[in-house]
Amino acid sequence: MTKRTTQKEYTFGIDSFGDLAVDTHGTLMNHAEAIRQVVREAVLADTLGVDVIALGEHHRQEYAISSPEMVLASIASVTKNITLASGVTVLSSDDPVRVFQRFATLDAVSNGRAQVILGRGSFTESFPLFGYDLRDYDKLFEEKLELFSKLLTEKPINWQGELTQHLEDANVFPKTESGRLDTMIGVGGSPNSVVRAAAYNMPLMLAIIGGSAERFAPYVELYHRAAQQFGNQAQPIGMHSPGFIADTDEEAIRVAFPLFKEQMDKVGKTRGWTPMTREHFMSEVKSGSMYVGSPETIAKKIAHAMRAVGANRFDLVYGFGPVPAEYRERTIELYAKVVIPRVRELLQEAR
Amino acid sequence: MTQSIRTIGIIGAGKLGIVVAQLAIESGYEVYISGSGDPEKIRLAVDVLSPGAKVARTDEVVHASDVVILALPLGRFRQLSAQSFAHKIVIDAMNYWWEVDGPREEIIPQEQSSSEAVQEFLSDAYVVKALSHLSYHDLHDGARPGIEAEVPRKAVAVAGDDDKAVRVACDVVERLGFAALVIGPLAQGRLLEPGYPAFGASVSLDELRHLTKQ
Repeated sequence: MTKRTTQKEYTFGIDSFGDLAVDTHGTLMNHAEAIRQVVREAVLADTLGVDVIALGEHHRQEYAISSPEMVLASIASVTKNITLASGVTVLSSDDPVRVFQRFATLDAVSNGRAQVILGRGSFTESFPLFGYDLRDYDKLFEEKLELFSKLLTEKPINWQGELTQHLEDANVFPKTESGRLDTMIGVGGSPNSVVRAAAYNMPLMLAIIGGSAERFAPYVELYHRAAQQFGNQAQPIGMHSPGFIADTDEEAIRVAFPLFKEQMDKVGKTRGWTPMTREHFMSEVKSGSMYVGSPETIAKKIAHAMRAVGANRFDLVYGFGPVPAEYRERTIELYAKVVIPRVRELLQEAR
Repeated sequence: MTQSIRTIGIIGAGKLGIVVAQLAIESGYEVYISGSGDPEKIRLAVDVLSPGAKVARTDEVVHASDVVILALPLGRFRQLSAQSFAHKIVIDAMNYWWEVDGPREEIIPQEQSSSEAVQEFLSDAYVVKALSHLSYHDLHDGARPGIEAEVPRKAVAVAGDDDKAVRVACDVVERLGFAALVIGPLAQGRLLEPGYPAFGASVSLDELRHLTKQ
């Protein structure tokens, strides 16, 4: 892999699920406005030197982005350096050949800045939507990942699928200029998924959305041990967690709590979770995985988490919940200008 | 009699099973764990994530253990061999999860709590519902083993029909580092299921008592 992002020692990104932002009048944006807002934010992040923007695929009312690569292609035309990633592409309910083609196309229009992060997704709306049976959840991902890994060779392939197509000497286009589409696997803590990523020799992206980051350190060890067992070289490790940055801790907590709560409770309701209490939120802010605070607080928290986990990439999931556009942009600005340089400094000091 | 509990068996080596195995090892239990099928599939993950736990087939895990903890997807409990659980104390830590398990009525009769259905299936076992309402990361981060009971700990609700089995389950819960709260017979386990106030609650004993009041 010759991509710019993997050459650097540390990589910092911003991630969005396409949550609907709130405009200057305090109204929730519609889906189209929310998508254009993300494009504006991507331009801001690129200008300020953020390494990656990752957009997740969701099929729910409160999220605008169901086709990340469409938005990323638009971003490609108005940015210069930023890596354009999905986070994640729900491979289980997609066609691996089409996923490859779409991201190879994105790679072409962006001069090699495309990155696909494959995952099973934390929601399952896409299964009925695209005609897949949830009972095949594991099998679909396993089979499609194997097919995708063959496609990554960019050579004609033979494939006899059970839940997927039959291919004979099939050649898939466009080919990438680098010869290898930048690909990661997103996991949420299932031991099997970690071993699978190692088996396919793909870098790991850990979704750490609750509890302490330290908890994931053994998973990284598992990844390294599994890679060794399969005779593969261990690939870089990334992590992503939700956050909100303001000038002071007080302001960040005051503004973010009701917004995080609204989002967590909305999702929680469909899963039967009890509503988030302030105590729970504060414990996540203090020692868990919600990066809410001033730039200095967040920089320390990120540096600590990256060291604890053994990650060389951190992505901040910004705009979590119905966040006003000016706070989303402020988060990106403070993250790019203050937090990222400070985290680099802290990671250097710790050596 | 609770002194005699030395071995814990865990069925399921996913997110929950791995965390419970870690806690049980730290609390000094001898721990056996199984996934679905060939133990070799989970050996590396268990060796790294829950070092000390012994990997075996499900029937061997059940046979070797004083207490068995169910941590597999709820939709699969009917694939277990019911007779191998005869006379065992079983802690049911499973939850119905619509995204994975499909429509509830397809796996659990409407009038039953999920643990009652498990008890009916494992008819000769003593089923207790516990360790189910905290998320696996709250279980991991919240356990305070070896700490005096006066220190505030996170509470874990326990529901069961057999008094002795409930006492044993409480002892296990306490030894893993939580405050046990008995909330009544297995039917009361309904109060810990998704959609009820206690589901997802990582709170103190008093608060949990409040959340499980009908």
